[in-house]
Amino acid sequence: MIVMINGAAHEVADGTTVAQAVRTLTATTTGVAVAVNDEVVTRSAWETTALRDSDRVEVLTAVQGG
Amino acid sequence: MDDLIIAGEKFSSRLIMGTGGAPSLEVLDQALAASGTELTTVAMRRLDPGARGSVLDVLRKRDIKVLPNTAGCFTAGDAVLTARLAREALGTNWVKLEVIADERTLLPDPIETFDAAERLVADGFVVLPYIGDDPALARRLEQAGCAAVMPLGAPIGSGLGVRNPHNIELIVEAASVPVILDAGIGTASDAALAMELGCDAVLLATAVTRAQRPDLMAAAMKSAVVAGRLARQAGRIPRRRYAEASSPMTP
Repeated sequence: MIVMINGAAHEVADGTTVAQAVRTLTATTTGVAVAVNDEVVTRSAWETTALRDSDRVEVLTAVQGG
Repeated sequence: MDDLIIAGEKFSSRLIMGTGGAPSLEVLDQALAASGTELTTVAMRRLDPGARGSVLDVLRKRDIKVLPNTAGCFTAGDAVLTARLAREALGTNWVKLEVIADERTLLPDPIETFDAAERLVADGFVVLPYIGDDPALARRLEQAGCAAVMPLGAPIGSGLGVRNPHNIELIVEAASVPVILDAGIGTASDAALAMELGCDAVLLATAVTRAQRPDLMAAAMKSAVVAGRLARQAGRIPRRRYAEASSPMTP
């Protein structure tokens, strides 16, 4: 299936979790937050939340600003 | 100087810093240290796997409280989601609410800002909204449960100073939450003026981070905020049209 991770299309296996999607970008988990289809997925649910085809995954962190 | 208290939390510095515009994390670190700030904003963006170093490490090392903002949001819905992501990523329920109307002016959108503020207050956030210098909107946001109001002095990054001191005074007179002058500060006298007008704190970034010597300007801003606060508390003399001799001519 295809999922969007930070705006880029990724071919991933069925059953891929949010945690696995995050690991395609970074090994760190602190200071990082995830939304799937505009809903926050709390860190404690990353390992147990499976993605579906066409899901939009946004992985955010703090940067210089404001 | 007396403490600044926002939502029950005490700060001995009344200078809140932003982190945007610094040429490097090293320069930012030096500027933050010189500013004496205890509260500093960060933005939330897509994670860049190639990024080296993190602004969060700089803040953690300096023991500066992080204030995530919703910069880059154009709708209430975007801002609420960004605030929730910031809460998840950073473990704070504080948010500088910023909903921009358009790219050219970067002025805050009052309708979207108010909508987002109501939703975030209901969701348990400590909300500090960035707004125009509008006394009516400031009052409505305070009534909606915001922990502070942050009127602009002038557009973001413009360095034009406090363009409407009268409106800032009106906001200060009516507010029972802290008023933080946000955006438009160009140099130290602008920050001092904001404090003399009765603002409880000043938030600035560009004036320091894009100065030729950021650390020096940060020190200047620190002094200016203290001087302005003291002058406000001291109570300035009335302005007069003509001279008044300070040495009497007759005994």
